[in-house]
Amino acid sequence: MTTHFTEDHEWIKVDGEEGVIGITVHAAEQLGDVVFVELPEVGKTVEKGDELAVVESVKAASDIFAPVSGEVIAVNSALEAEPAKVNEAPEGEGWFVKLKVKDASELADLMDEAGYKAHIA
Amino acid sequence: MTETLHLTPLHALHLELGAKMTPFAGYDMPLQYEGIMAEHLHTRAHAGLFDVSHMGQARITGDVSALEDLTTIDLSTLKVGEQRYTLLLNKDGGIMDDLMVSRPDEDGIFIVVNAATKTQDFAYMRAHFGDRATLTEYPERALLAIQGPDAVKAVEALNADGAKMIFMQTGHFNLDGIDVIMSRSGYTGEDGYEISVKAEEAADLARKVLADTRVKPIGLGARDSLRLEAGLCLYGHDMDESRSPIEASLIWAVAKSRRERADFPGAQRILKEIAEKPAQKRVGFVMRDRAPAREGAEIVINGDVVGVVTSGGFGPSADKPVGMGYIATEHAAIGTEIEILIRGKARGAEIVKMPIVEHRFYRG
Repeated sequence: MTTHFTEDHEWIKVDGEEGVIGITVHAAEQLGDVVFVELPEVGKTVEKGDELAVVESVKAASDIFAPVSGEVIAVNSALEAEPAKVNEAPEGEGWFVKLKVKDASELADLMDEAGYKAHIA
Repeated sequence: MTETLHLTPLHALHLELGAKMTPFAGYDMPLQYEGIMAEHLHTRAHAGLFDVSHMGQARITGDVSALEDLTTIDLSTLKVGEQRYTLLLNKDGGIMDDLMVSRPDEDGIFIVVNAATKTQDFAYMRAHFGDRATLTEYPERALLAIQGPDAVKAVEALNADGAKMIFMQTGHFNLDGIDVIMSRSGYTGEDGYEISVKAEEAADLARKVLADTRVKPIGLGARDSLRLEAGLCLYGHDMDESRSPIEASLIWAVAKSRRERADFPGAQRILKEIAEKPAQKRVGFVMRDRAPAREGAEIVINGDVVGVVTSGGFGPSADKPVGMGYIATEHAAIGTEIEILIRGKARGAEIVKMPIVEHRFYRG
């Protein structure tokens, strides 16, 4: 299982054909208290860079973009009742969407952890 | 284009306290320290210290009734030691700003206007005053607010007389060696104080206040969510020059004597709106689910757009998304079921009485 990062602070953990997507600790800190997450419908297909979800903090709404193309196969519906999980464990229980990755070669455009750390430094 | 941001006298203290800063009305201001939610709840449970030095402070001397010509206040009933809220109107009765007017002493009146509008306000006032009255700005003064149920204890520790004030009283006080103009008022719906202090003594005063462990520094983020729950307008959002005091549901800020005399700007329009009701008015709402409605979202009933959200967000004390907006008056009744379009999806909401979180002003 490898984790890839986008410049927009999403992460995707890929295991075989499936990728779990969320936002980074850095992004969660920048957003502040998350009060609502709007998740896509299961079955929706997205292209890399499409709006995938919306995360609302006390102050503002922010778009979450698809790191790669694919089909939504699961969403973290626990976030409806407990959006604060995004702040508590953004790279764990606060995940957003599970995607069936359409084209694994798109992952090559993303950063690895060291690259992302340098990006936010 | 990058403009150089102004710094308040507390700027270095904000950085020292670990604030996340944000540009606001030309100033580099603290958005938050530990987090908006925690700061909001701390203010309602204990007390918060706010830097509002970006706001415009000034004194008007001479024939101060010149200010009445532009506003809805009756200065004849404003005694020394009292403060009042009023509205600065353009000739059509549109709201140019909302402001606090007070008499901390015998020397004319003291006003506090919004940061984003201060330059325009002061120019408008001076142009109207001519030789009748003089407006002296106080750029060398900082403005601090202490808000929350423990604010009185924090102030009392610095000067026992502070606790004897009631809501909307004002005066000169010495807070543990620092001379200030202090009113019992604020922008959170809580009991509290607003304190005008010389810039060079502002950080010293802030440190004295923060030495009280009941008081935490609070940023603009929580200031916004607190005032929203309290049903208090944010100028440029919940009111502007296109809105009259009646549309803005601020009839109480138009002095009765002024209504009788019909001698304020736009009086004809405003009195007509009082008699016949305006086409739209400002209301508060709460969402049925957890999605916050933001400024600009459309309010619909049965698929028809009947209004617009002017302020909206999550209310930490209400524990649900709250907001305010303008809606066609026939739909403005408390309890009306509405829908608000959020990213294309209609979500249920209800018009509710404002304030959404009850005011706790100290009225003696």
